[in-house]
Amino acid sequence: MITIDTISKKYGKTEVLNVENIEIPTGQSFGLVGNNGAGKTTLFNILLDLIRPTSGAITNHDIVVNKSEEWKNFTGSFIDESFLIGYLTPEEYFDFIGDLRGMNKADVTKFLAQFDEFFNEEILGKKKYLRDLSKGNQKKVGIVAAMMGNPQVVILDEPFANLDPTTQIRLKQIIKKLTENREITVLISSHDLTHVTEVCERIVVLDKGNVVKDIETSSETLKELESYFSV
Amino acid sequence: MLSHFLNLEWKQYFRSSHWQKGIAIKIIMVIFALYFILTFLSIGVFGYYILKKEFPEQDPLRLVNSYLLYAILGDLIFRYLMQKLPVMNIKPMLSLPIKKSKLTHYVLGKSSVSFFNFLGLFFYIPFAVVLIREGYNTVGVLGWLFTMILLIQSANFLNFLINKNNIAFGVIAAILLSLIGLHVFDIYNVTAIGGQVFNFIYANPIYSLIGVVLLVILYSLNFKQLSGLLYLDEAIQTKVQEAKSADLSFTNRLGDIAPFIKNDIRLIWRNKRTKTVFLMSFFFLFYGLIFFTQKTYRDMPAMLMFASLFISGGFALNYGQFIPAWDSAHYKMLMSQSFKYRKFLESKWILMVVMTTVLYLLSFPYLYFGVDIFLMITAGAVFNIGFNSLFLLYAGSFNRKRIDLNKSGFGNTQGTSATQFIIIIPLMLFPMLLFWVFNKFVGYNSGFIIVAAIGIISLLLKNYAMNFIEKKYIQDKYAMINAFGKEA
Repeated sequence: MITIDTISKKYGKTEVLNVENIEIPTGQSFGLVGNNGAGKTTLFNILLDLIRPTSGAITNHDIVVNKSEEWKNFTGSFIDESFLIGYLTPEEYFDFIGDLRGMNKADVTKFLAQFDEFFNEEILGKKKYLRDLSKGNQKKVGIVAAMMGNPQVVILDEPFANLDPTTQIRLKQIIKKLTENREITVLISSHDLTHVTEVCERIVVLDKGNVVKDIETSSETLKELESYFSV
Repeated sequence: MLSHFLNLEWKQYFRSSHWQKGIAIKIIMVIFALYFILTFLSIGVFGYYILKKEFPEQDPLRLVNSYLLYAILGDLIFRYLMQKLPVMNIKPMLSLPIKKSKLTHYVLGKSSVSFFNFLGLFFYIPFAVVLIREGYNTVGVLGWLFTMILLIQSANFLNFLINKNNIAFGVIAAILLSLIGLHVFDIYNVTAIGGQVFNFIYANPIYSLIGVVLLVILYSLNFKQLSGLLYLDEAIQTKVQEAKSADLSFTNRLGDIAPFIKNDIRLIWRNKRTKTVFLMSFFFLFYGLIFFTQKTYRDMPAMLMFASLFISGGFALNYGQFIPAWDSAHYKMLMSQSFKYRKFLESKWILMVVMTTVLYLLSFPYLYFGVDIFLMITAGAVFNIGFNSLFLLYAGSFNRKRIDLNKSGFGNTQGTSATQFIIIIPLMLFPMLLFWVFNKFVGYNSGFIIVAAIGIISLLLKNYAMNFIEKKYIQDKYAMINAFGKEA
């Protein structure tokens, strides 16, 4: 359960985010949609306590994120490439994150085995540093790392961008599987309306920092969103 | 087209966030540059008269000529180490309707107006003016000066060619060393030959045109090399190194700090700049040789203390002052992971302490200079381990500059701000002052004792200090995330 309570963020006089109240129940797959500058990444950054909100607070499973750091134990995230350590190989990076999340080497190997298909033999055992991987492959590493250590909350910013079509389809399957048991809350932002409507049961549209739509996904949702954005 | 390029260059320079913040470093660079200019200028103006006075029976021009060969080779090595190759952000240009030859000419042309090419002129031009005033053949002197300018430009382009090639650098260094060797051991008087060439040019200025030929050859070689590189897969894409993973499982004994230690070792070894810092710290070991061998410093114990601190502190000082900016590229990720900040800091601390200890052990040969010197080095090492390592961690919380690890190491000032200059005071001047005061007013041994004592006291207070430092880092978290996210 994540509660976003009257969060706003101002830079000087410009307000980039102003969200009244959003409650995300445990196990929900939550999609965030909006044009550039709508405040999607800012909201995620506040959720991860990387930026301080000007007002309001976010509670992640009863923990106020900028008061305690306990939420880090059950929250996995991937925002952008700055979440990767360029001079490590993918294996070393997974080991590092695994270490921080209390997994031993065997755990990590076992965990990675289920992503063989997703990696498509382009990640492991390639003797390449992360900085030398293509954007899409870097993204694969970041997304998988965000799911390490049995998180209860997974936050992914633009996970579909830069991925090839096959990997996009595989990612959708992974996300669906993640929320299958309704124990893991997944938060995704995207520009791609088709993808979000497919994997998210709830979609919130941001515009210039404000919530303009909060929809439970149905068969009409895609049409509704398309007509909203085709202004 | 040229005006477009210059316009872009101007904007790139003044709009970089580095420029807007790094005023302190810019001022210091300007002071250095002015210092060099003034030095060269005064040697140029007064050199003639000084030589005349010191060596009345010799012709100053001939004397200068006989050593020019060394100056040129020395200049080449200096350039190799310090001069940055002119780069232009060519990627966005490649798909625009601009001839590739134009881009190449521009990049090369830009290199020929580098500061390094003007520095020498501050000597040669006034020296030539003085020569003409003193009644030397005007045409001869101008021919000589013209040759010097051509040689400087040639060195510029030669440097460009050999910079990618360690073998070429080795060859030049070997030539220089063997020339000095031949000269010192009186096997062959090289300076005479070098001198004769330049004397000949003074006598027959028309031969300075040989320099033009040399310059044209070097320029066209560069042109050829560079225009072949103007493809996305050549100049832009850096070569992909094969990752080599060493087994670092021995660090597992350190418990929950191990992942950070592993990471730090890889950080140091796999990035150019940190690798340079690591290797340079071994050169700092030799710092003492400059001070301990000179009689002047023997009587200035505070300066000897300075050297002693440097001998074992090379790594801690150079690595420590940029904590945590080394991790700036992935700082956001670290901040969203669940770990005690303490572990992250502890790992840096252990690294500094271990390296300082290793450097201290390597400094044992300094016993040759006597027990006093060795005690001083020991006191310095204790101070570095106890006080400096903790202080550097604290000072690091003031770092607000991103470091891109992939940029080269030598002479790279990225990440430098006023912090780096201010911290020198407690790190170096404070122990020197203490040593001086106690040494002067209490007695020789008390100097070591007080410096070492401060080190030991700090070490005993480590836990308390670490709590304090940790709080400071957590408090400044948002400011650091914000600053490290900006392009340097």
